[in-house]
Amino acid sequence: MEAFIRHTGIGAPLRRGNVDTDQIIPAEYLKRITRHGYEDALFKAWRDDDAFLLNHPIYKNATVLVAGPEFGTGSSREHAVWALMDYGFKAVISPRFADIFRGNSGKGGLLTAQVTDEVTEQLWQYLEAKPGAEITVDLESEQITFGSNSVQFDIDPYVRWRLLEGLDDVGITMQQLDKISEFEQKRPSWSPKTTV
Amino acid sequence: MGLTLSQKVWNAHIVSASEGNTPDLLYVDLHLVHEVTSPQAFDGLRAAGRKVRRPELTVATEDHNVPTLDINKPIADPISRAQVEALRTNCDEFGITRYSLGNKEQGIVHVVGPQLGLTQPGMTIVCGDSHTSTHGAFGALAFGIGTSEVEHVLATQTLPLKMFKTMAITVNNKLPEGVTAKDLILTIIAKIGTGGGQGYVLEYRGEAVRSLSMEGRMTMCNMSIEAGARAGMIAPDETTFAYIKDKDLAPKGTDWDKAVAYWKTLPTDPDAVFDNEVIIDASTLSPFVTWGTNPGQGLPLTGSVPNPKDITDPGERVAAERALEYMALTPGTKLKDIEIDTVFLGSCTNGRIEDLRAAAAIIEGKQIAKTLKMIVVPGSARVRLQAESEGLDKVFLGAGAEWRSAGCSMCLGMNPDKLSKGERAASTSNRNFEGRQGPGGRTHLVSPQVAAATALVGHLAAPSDL
Ligand code: SF4
Repeated sequence: MEAFIRHTGIGAPLRRGNVDTDQIIPAEYLKRITRHGYEDALFKAWRDDDAFLLNHPIYKNATVLVAGPEFGTGSSREHAVWALMDYGFKAVISPRFADIFRGNSGKGGLLTAQVTDEVTEQLWQYLEAKPGAEITVDLESEQITFGSNSVQFDIDPYVRWRLLEGLDDVGITMQQLDKISEFEQKRPSWSPKTTV
Repeated sequence: MGLTLSQKVWNAHIVSASEGNTPDLLYVDLHLVHEVTSPQAFDGLRAAGRKVRRPELTVATEDHNVPTLDINKPIADPISRAQVEALRTNCDEFGITRYSLGNKEQGIVHVVGPQLGLTQPGMTIVCGDSHTSTHGAFGALAFGIGTSEVEHVLATQTLPLKMFKTMAITVNNKLPEGVTAKDLILTIIAKIGTGGGQGYVLEYRGEAVRSLSMEGRMTMCNMSIEAGARAGMIAPDETTFAYIKDKDLAPKGTDWDKAVAYWKTLPTDPDAVFDNEVIIDASTLSPFVTWGTNPGQGLPLTGSVPNPKDITDPGERVAAERALEYMALTPGTKLKDIEIDTVFLGSCTNGRIEDLRAAAAIIEGKQIAKTLKMIVVPGSARVRLQAESEGLDKVFLGAGAEWRSAGCSMCLGMNPDKLSKGERAASTSNRNFEGRQGPGGRTHLVSPQVAAATALVGHLAAPSDL
């Protein structure tokens, strides 16, 4: 995974709450078996509407999404993270993320920056007043900079560390194989097995 | 201080404990796999030259992306077929038991685990599917994971995780006659909101929960994710043990006694403290349906479509306006006046035998309304066989409904069973998101009983309205 230190890019103000993963990528696109190539599927239903934010040429190269609360609720599909990243997004800012989505983002290298409702509103107003403006998300200092303002954001410290280092979880856990084997010795004999 | 059910299960699975900011490494007792969220995980294993650590703790089924008609023919859609075939090849290559279309154990992953006796109290269970919370009905800690985590579990049989916070949902008193587990969970979600459970594992307690059947408990735990919670749990008791006993993969003989003795230690200690508690009075509840586009947008069936102007929270007001526009509903319309085009009875929320029996009892000897269609999709092949042995298929077919093979079907717009644009469904599934059941489709979430009554009259209705 590529390390994430800081990123500056065009911010897209998505004034919607409860953006569930069915909206981020409809189930139809989950039939594919690849890990890439989902940019066409991102927000598919909304993108059919000409008035939708990302259909505006200014946001064609947007890389920071600013959305309302409960972003990423619903299905566990990691395709939602892949679709956002394939489109070009590096970070999503929201007052609240669904747990699974936030976990999946951390694995894929998409930064989820949590801020208050007030900061979200400030960011929306800033980006709406200056369409196409850039904002900076700095993971080292946990700050978002827009214009002359800087605000703190929240992120789980462990996820932050992994993103800064660009580490992948399986590799980290593989270093603990001894402990896993030790644990397995202690499992009760009646624990179910999927084969008889 | 005592421990809660979820803390006990968590502690029993710590392979290596958290230090500072690092998560606990948790052992996984059972990993359920399906075709949609696994292909990229198997590719990852192959790319890294890794094996599946414990294939005997892993089982796969085909459910999301399979047709429910003509299941003995090759899958018509080539992209779907390739995905299902990828699951078969991956399982065969890595030595994982799989239940493919046509096998009597095939079905929705969350129906298959419990009916085989694989789902047991005190276990950790994961699956690349958010409704893994279903298995919490047995007192297991069960939750959905993403594809990267699927790969992680395949490779290591563990997951790095931070302990969830605990929330007690205490449901006092009894549910009135005709009010179901589905009405109860929809009421809870409307109360705490789609984000209310975020970061928590919910533990459902109290008299009303204790008197639910295992099927009803599964319906409740299933929808914990719709309140934002990763997991929902119910303490195991005699109802749980009776359900598991003698299932194919349940412990037998002295193992059974040992297992039950352990399971009895799991319920939350009397002096345990939850991080949060919500109290509900079951006796005040009635059949509940959703009117909007998230599962928290629901009301008693006796109510009317709300007016967004009356909603004080600005975010929720905007959400309600958008939802009404998408749902093509006018404020003030009586919910019972909403006409329905399609009734879907099925899914991992309400596709078990008890659900089919409840709906069949209402429909028996009657005809569904000429203005709508009803599709009945058993949650698993076994449920289908059981239903057929009880003659339920004849009840549905005789009433003019369709009787299908097992799968997720119309719960999600992925396989051939979809709503068309503008079509309005009363659905026993769990998500009413925009386009969830097909692009442009409109969903009202209901219990199997409301689904059956609705099918008979053509508009949303409870059995007591018939
Ligand atoms: S029935 Fe619906 S909710 Fe359940 S696993 Fe299938 S798609 Fe997911």
